[in-house]
Amino acid sequence: MSTVQESVPAAAVPTVNATARKSSTLGRTTSLIVLAVMLIMPLFVRNFIIFQVTMVLIYGIAVLALNILTGGSGQFSLGQSAFFAIGAYAAAILIEHGNVNYALTLPIAGVICFIFGFLFGFPALRLSGIYLALATYALAVAMPQLLKLGVIEHWTGGVQGLVVTKPDAPFGLPISQDMWLYYFTLAVTLAIYIASTNLLKSRSGRAMMAIRDNEIAASAMGVDISLYKTLAFGISAGITGVAGALGAIAVQFVAPDSYTFTLAIALFLGMVVGGVGWLPGSFAGAAFIVFVPNIAEGISKGLSGAFFGVLLFIVIYLVPHGARQVAILAESLFNKMKKP
Amino acid sequence: MQAQLAPGRASSAAPLLAVRDVSVVFGGIIALNGVSFDMKQGQILGLIGPNGAGKTTLFNCLSRLYQPSNGDILMEGVSILKRPAYRIAEIGIGRTFQNVALFPNMSVLDNVRVGTHARTNGDIISDSLRLPRSTQVEAALNAKVAEILGYLDLTAVAHAPVSGLPFGTQKRVELARALAADPKILLLDEPAGGLNHEEVYVLGDLIRRIRDDRGITVLLVEHHMGLVMSIADHVVALNFGRKLAEGTPAQVQSDPDVIKAYLGSKDQ
Repeated sequence: MSTVQESVPAAAVPTVNATARKSSTLGRTTSLIVLAVMLIMPLFVRNFIIFQVTMVLIYGIAVLALNILTGGSGQFSLGQSAFFAIGAYAAAILIEHGNVNYALTLPIAGVICFIFGFLFGFPALRLSGIYLALATYALAVAMPQLLKLGVIEHWTGGVQGLVVTKPDAPFGLPISQDMWLYYFTLAVTLAIYIASTNLLKSRSGRAMMAIRDNEIAASAMGVDISLYKTLAFGISAGITGVAGALGAIAVQFVAPDSYTFTLAIALFLGMVVGGVGWLPGSFAGAAFIVFVPNIAEGISKGLSGAFFGVLLFIVIYLVPHGARQVAILAESLFNKMKKP
Repeated sequence: MQAQLAPGRASSAAPLLAVRDVSVVFGGIIALNGVSFDMKQGQILGLIGPNGAGKTTLFNCLSRLYQPSNGDILMEGVSILKRPAYRIAEIGIGRTFQNVALFPNMSVLDNVRVGTHARTNGDIISDSLRLPRSTQVEAALNAKVAEILGYLDLTAVAHAPVSGLPFGTQKRVELARALAADPKILLLDEPAGGLNHEEVYVLGDLIRRIRDDRGITVLLVEHHMGLVMSIADHVVALNFGRKLAEGTPAQVQSDPDVIKAYLGSKDQ
């Protein structure tokens, strides 16, 4: 009970400062149950649902990347759509022009975006808070136009974009393309999730969180602020790039206008709804940004945006700390039921 | 000038830390004006002075937050002034902060673990993949952190978030974090601030124990005269950015200039 009382009145604290009081991960049992559900789920639902859950995982990876940056190192970004775009285009160009195997494009996209993010991290060092948010916003606004540039049109397809071939299941497995892509995405998601939690629980992760909490004290402990801030940007961009590449493969199409500022906002929203600094929440946040617009459209086609706004408002109002708060509540209820 | 004597102490071994003619100028204001003193291995040195005397400015020079406009600071004979602030911990200078500067969203354990950062190595790839390089570092630092938490009686609160702890406990966490870096010198910025009478007494005892058990030299910047006079071996008094007096607590306490600076003189 005490944990609930502790976390709820913190509503006065700015949301972005609200970081994992408890652990940044799920318990072992919960993780295994979630994994088991994810593994058998495709056997019972239609292909369209499988595709949507694949998109949840992909956006979840991108939200998790933002969570490492903001929840981990305390830096804002409204420019994640730019890294997502670079990853997507890297994969599309490699597959369509370079005949590279789709699985191989993921690490390549990750490395390219890591380098971009790391380099972007340097000017970002001079900025913090809302100023950093604005600088990254500029990146998000510039990216779709840059992708339309005539000089690279041969590679990017210009305004038209590129069509990506959807991969078949390997080894002649008797499953649909959607189902194969789902399991492939699930495996990548799992690997990234485990690596990210490892990172945040390690010396490097603690250095980033120390910077988030108090830069001067972190520096007095020997933490190279510039290095870890730029690394956080690089890691975040790299993971976002992998998500972008997966997205390109899943949607089978890349075009400049798929990666506008709206995507960056959606990812930011996903992070807040999932709970800043709580990695599992990234996927809850991603589910929100994938499914809730559909629900809103179901309520009213003409006013879907307004209904989305209302639903978002209700969620933020009821659980300002997002999915993490729900998880803590659920855990305390469960414990109370176990020993009354 | 009686305070400048104390010949026996001053001429023994080479100093661990030497402050040489340090001046700091902000705009037109001279915050420190040619201050020099030595710290010897194992000493508890008290740095005292009224508000605005330059204690914090000097402290910030030692922790490399300020760059002196003149003079030098030598750690074991080597200047520290070319090092950035984050490379001070690795040469053995640890510090605590004036109103406690912990990492509020992290547990006691993680706060102290960050303290080992300067003494450990790692990279993001081995940390993400839990390669042996990373797990070995983690095991070694956890053993050290456990020892320090035990030493400072913090084991019971190891997993608690620091922000909810009482102020006195937070100060101990900060000390633990500084000790985790194996400092040769510990810079304490007004550690008694915000503590009650009894807590100050306990703190004084603790500082002395840290020096005796671990051989750590301590620079104590402090307002609380009682604390400084009871635990310091050597006292440096500053006023208006200049060194006013230096010597044993008794010598400094009876120095007419120091008395004047603290109490004011009749003809003022």
